[in-house]
Amino acid sequence: MPKVSLSHFEAAFLFAFFTSIVLGVVTKTNDRDRLYYGIYCFVWFLAALFGLGWLMYFGHH
Amino acid sequence: MSSGKTKEPAPPVNVWAPVVGVGWLLPGGGHFLLKRYGRAGLLAFAITGMYLLGLMMRGYLFQPLRGPDVLSTLMNYGGFVGNICSGLLYLLTVWLGYSQPEVPGHVHDYGAKFLVTAGLLNILAIVDAYEIAAGRKS
Repeated sequence: MPKVSLSHFEAAFLFAFFTSIVLGVVTKTNDRDRLYYGIYCFVWFLAALFGLGWLMYFGHH
Repeated sequence: MSSGKTKEPAPPVNVWAPVVGVGWLLPGGGHFLLKRYGRAGLLAFAITGMYLLGLMMRGYLFQPLRGPDVLSTLMNYGGFVGNICSGLLYLLTVWLGYSQPEVPGHVHDYGAKFLVTAGLLNILAIVDAYEIAAGRKS
């Protein structure tokens, strides 16, 4: 098994990507809603990622 | 006094048990059995992808051990349950001798979270497959 070394951003991005797929698939009842909800979750994950990132940045400076 | 809500009858065990069992063993397997091939493929891709990334980041697999305090014990047991929920992926990992000690570092830490989350996402997939098998969802 190869070893990967990811940055915080890359790891959190991939986490958001995979989690959004599953949340989109299992939550809604038709394909259109599934796609939109998956994208919606992904965008919110990224918003939280950047928001918390900046919060920590200002907390340390 | 009536609450106004009627409780739905539980579906027969032989309807949902194979779906839940296969869904646990193989991520997306429950949906595949129910002929929801597109969703099965997406679930398999997302859950297996997350699990394999966790392994490649050399994440720690939790053991059901008592910790020095309640929180540590809860985390160990909760993490263990999350790991087990990945089904065959977890069983193969253990059988093939994967053994990663808990070491500091953000990559290992993310790896452990990826491994647990893959199992938790598989629970969502199993519940979804159960609801489809029970006729509560399409």
